[in-house]
Amino acid sequence: MSERAKGLSRQQMCDRLAMEFGDGWIVNLGIGIPTLCSNFDFGDKEIIFHSENGVIGYGPLAAAGKEDLHLVNAGGQHVTLRPGAAIVHHADSFAIIRSGRIDVTVLGAYEVAENGDFANWKMAGQQGGGIGGAMDLAACARHVFVAMEHHTRSGAPRLVERCTIPATARGVVDLVITNFGLFAITPRGLELKEIAPGVTVDEISAATGCNLIVPAPIPPVRTRSGA
Amino acid sequence: MSARSKIYPSFAEAVRDIPDGATIGFGGFAVVGMPINLYGAVAAQGAKDLTCVSNSTRGGATLPPGAPDMGQMIQNGQVTKVICAFTAPTRASQQLILSEYVAKGLIEAELVPQGTLAERMRAAGAGIPAFYTPAAVGTELAEGRETRVFKGREYLLEHALPLDYAMIRAYQADAAGNLRFRRSQRNFNPVMATAARITIVEVEEEILPVGAIDPDDVHAAGIFVHRIVKIPPPPEGWWPQPPASA
Repeated sequence: MSERAKGLSRQQMCDRLAMEFGDGWIVNLGIGIPTLCSNFDFGDKEIIFHSENGVIGYGPLAAAGKEDLHLVNAGGQHVTLRPGAAIVHHADSFAIIRSGRIDVTVLGAYEVAENGDFANWKMAGQQGGGIGGAMDLAACARHVFVAMEHHTRSGAPRLVERCTIPATARGVVDLVITNFGLFAITPRGLELKEIAPGVTVDEISAATGCNLIVPAPIPPVRTRSGA
Repeated sequence: MSARSKIYPSFAEAVRDIPDGATIGFGGFAVVGMPINLYGAVAAQGAKDLTCVSNSTRGGATLPPGAPDMGQMIQNGQVTKVICAFTAPTRASQQLILSEYVAKGLIEAELVPQGTLAERMRAAGAGIPAFYTPAAVGTELAEGRETRVFKGREYLLEHALPLDYAMIRAYQADAAGNLRFRRSQRNFNPVMATAARITIVEVEEEILPVGAIDPDDVHAAGIFVHRIVKIPPPPEGWWPQPPASA
């Protein structure tokens, strides 16, 4: 990004979500910001990355010049395979998703509502859309995390009372990271869990389109070094 | 089985009999396993009023400049309907040939969640007329459609999607039509082969004699495969190109 948004970098956002992954989890990362979750150092945790095109157990991006033209992740990036990787066809890949075997999917979004609805397949005023595997993943993964910028380029909030564009799934989002902080969707509404350095609660409230539950004191967003 | 008859000398001969109004599935995901040469052959053959089924209507970064994709068939006026998981650009900066034809009402675009798209073809290939899935429940796509609650959870009814033709790309084939794919090349390809009345395959390696692929290593059995064509080396045949170094 040429013009860096205030608060957390995209990598810091994804590092924070990646800290929530449990040992042995099967993780599906959406295209865009969420792909950065795979850069996190998981230490002793074993994480299996699943890609909707049937790649189970992929590793880091291939080095430039070392790409295997037969191997991409969901975003079309050339990845590598880790020992123990497996390939299945598309129907089996979504059988894995639909049968509830994905522990978490991390997706990008245009909007997340305080009731856990979110929207990421159709921009405002657009004809048609780009769903990809998002509706299957959102409806079926055990957890749905969202990583997105806190507001649009024009300053409109992305955390809202109700989605203003067509939803991808209803009531499924657990956790949201933005450049301003970490937020949980709770039965009481949207709760600020951790705050980004250099950002105030007032700034966050002003840039949020729904009621924000703010416990006191509010801890800073945990970073890689403080994990 | 007359294995020899499955080997076709050219893409043009392999697609010659496609009639107007056919439903054709094109495999591939982000150019990997994309039947680039068969897209070109169908564009040249000229069949019209086609319904085209694919993950998306465009290639990706590794598609060589000028290589055929569904966009070419759309510009030829051959396509009246697409059934895809992507029917609009995913970024404001992206252009999609499909979009202007949909906006003018020239093409109907049916948008389907990717897993539902795969399962509709799997069902067609498995003799299952319809199924229920939780994907798209509560969304615009489910409006006015049949849902049913099983064990307290709502599911959406989806129908099988049979194909007249499947166009796919494989790594290896033997003369009996048994196929092997490499890495993520498998994607939709073996699923589309089961859903189609006629499956046409562009093959990367030299076509192997019958029996050269161990039966345990076959990813798509030859009974699902009807026509196979070896892809010539470039420039006669289309191959993905390495990504441009950033």
